[in-house]
Amino acid sequence: MSTHTEKTVDDYKAFDTDELDTFQPTRKVTLKTFRFNAETDYLPYYKKYEMEVGKDELVLDLLNRIKWEHDGSFSYRRSCRHGICGACGIKVNGKATLACKQNAMELIKLFGDELLIEPQSKKRAVKDMIIDKKDFWDKHAAVTPYVVRDVPARPEHETQMSPKQEHMFLDADLCIQCGACHYSCPALEANPEYFGPAALTAAYRFSIDPRDEFSNERLKTVGEMGQGVWDCVKCFECTEACPKDINPMEKITKLHNMQFERGVAVSNVATRHAEGFLRGMKKYGYLDEADIVTYSEGYLGMYKHLGAAIKMMRSGKIHWHSGIPFIDSVPKIKNLDEVQKLIQISQTNKL
Amino acid sequence: MSTLKYALFTGCTAKQSTPELLSSTLAVAEKLGIEITILEEASCCGASHLQDFDEFLAHVLNARNICYAEKLGMTMITICNTCQLNSAMTKHALDTDPELKARVNEKLAEVGLEYKGTSEVKHFLYCLIDEYGLENIKNQVQVPLSHLNIAPFYGCHNIRPSELHGTSNGNENPYAPTSLDQLIDALEGHPVDYDHKNKCCGFHVELQANHTSEVLAGNAMVDAIDNNADIMVTPCPLCHLKMDTYQDDVGKVIGRDIELPVLHMPQMVALALGCSEKEIGLNFHVRKATHLTA
Repeated sequence: MSTHTEKTVDDYKAFDTDELDTFQPTRKVTLKTFRFNAETDYLPYYKKYEMEVGKDELVLDLLNRIKWEHDGSFSYRRSCRHGICGACGIKVNGKATLACKQNAMELIKLFGDELLIEPQSKKRAVKDMIIDKKDFWDKHAAVTPYVVRDVPARPEHETQMSPKQEHMFLDADLCIQCGACHYSCPALEANPEYFGPAALTAAYRFSIDPRDEFSNERLKTVGEMGQGVWDCVKCFECTEACPKDINPMEKITKLHNMQFERGVAVSNVATRHAEGFLRGMKKYGYLDEADIVTYSEGYLGMYKHLGAAIKMMRSGKIHWHSGIPFIDSVPKIKNLDEVQKLIQISQTNKL
Repeated sequence: MSTLKYALFTGCTAKQSTPELLSSTLAVAEKLGIEITILEEASCCGASHLQDFDEFLAHVLNARNICYAEKLGMTMITICNTCQLNSAMTKHALDTDPELKARVNEKLAEVGLEYKGTSEVKHFLYCLIDEYGLENIKNQVQVPLSHLNIAPFYGCHNIRPSELHGTSNGNENPYAPTSLDQLIDALEGHPVDYDHKNKCCGFHVELQANHTSEVLAGNAMVDAIDNNADIMVTPCPLCHLKMDTYQDDVGKVIGRDIELPVLHMPQMVALALGCSEKEIGLNFHVRKATHLTA
């Protein structure tokens, strides 16, 4: 092992961020850029481009300069240059970035003078920054992303919506389908069947629409185990990634709640896991860690956890207050009656 | 420096399956002269799952917890990332939505409480770094961790969404967080740099999407091991439970032998401040750490 070297807090910052606030016309930056042509290259490689970056330049400007000043074959999607078409999504140092909206100096502030320029999904790369988004569009189509309603051929009046109803959309209709959240989602990487945050945001947007008559069917689809909302890992990568500040995680939570509000939730390991928290809280104020597993999985499903339970018992993680493991093993909070009362008067949903 | 005083929201795990987290937190506080009042009235935060079932009820219960810190006039500190995020989300929602705050307070009034929004909610990690100060910790190190390569595992809910955490986590960059690295460095350990330090451990889908959960935990642990980590350290007991208790299962799914002791952040600090392995509760770990002292 190497010897310890003294470092100060400042060593961890890319550089003194105050420096940026003083007038400095340009900064020398290296763009370590992912290059790949699926038709000719066996493997991708990285090429470095150096340039002086001005304080008003966008990431898209840097991509243009690679193409115009260094290599005309460098490929990336771009169209509107107004943060509305969603074509120019890439990743910079792992951070989902809409190239035409993102100031380059802000990223230099976060990551330092070498920026790593990569496509949203390296394994889907077709040419440089361009990826095959088929999986994104397939997931999108799978949630019926439009209003379904029987409308007479010659309607006699408009369909009106109150401001309150419109407010319920929670910005979900501002999604530009850039793929930033979708290709930042680790649950999708581990489970290709999962719809992912973009499709689920669309599912929310149309399920909350008062004109839609397909909501319950859509909610059932997004409630299905293995593909729907219960496979979200709650990492908030999508919320962090969204260039339109839509917060897909918030919409996923709403979809979870709507499963119960609309009565489409079926009793399964995931729904019991969510509802089952109240069992321990009513009794102790705390979650009952052992009960939540048995209640969610059912006694038959418990066999999967026997190994872990034995290990936990051996290392003293399961308490024996009553002399028997799992029985009265949870301590009680003070003023438990308050929690019981609040659950009684505030609970709105049922399984 | 005047004495720091905090109201501690323990969360459920520190009271049940990870008692070593609570004891090591209290040990660190004692060594550093930080005064801790445990909020024995505080309930479960809902762990993001109650939020899925009944968002409003979860807000009411989290607001109640914060009320007790407000009564003491102290910052509410957490020792679990998920407790931190769920409490902070309720605080943010109530502080920015007067209508919701009124609805929640209507319920709280029934048990004689009122949420005012006067207490900050902060994870103990950031209290140590931003309020106690790394230099002050450094000065009190008795057993330098210079013989250990330590992989910092940040845990999602302390670093994302960054906009919500704001100054309460020192404006941590969620794509390149540094707080734990800095802490390890202050204790003279060697922080391991690896890609998965800010990724998800998969704990929250342990039951309903087990394969996903194992893959995410495995990716992170293997990445740490491949970058020469001797141990991993995390500020979140849920990450700890996932990576410590299920290590063998994770290894089977990933196809690798994984042997990586995982420490809670306060355990690591306590160790460097001179606490014994027994005091920091290493016996409660499933994957025992055997090479912590040089």
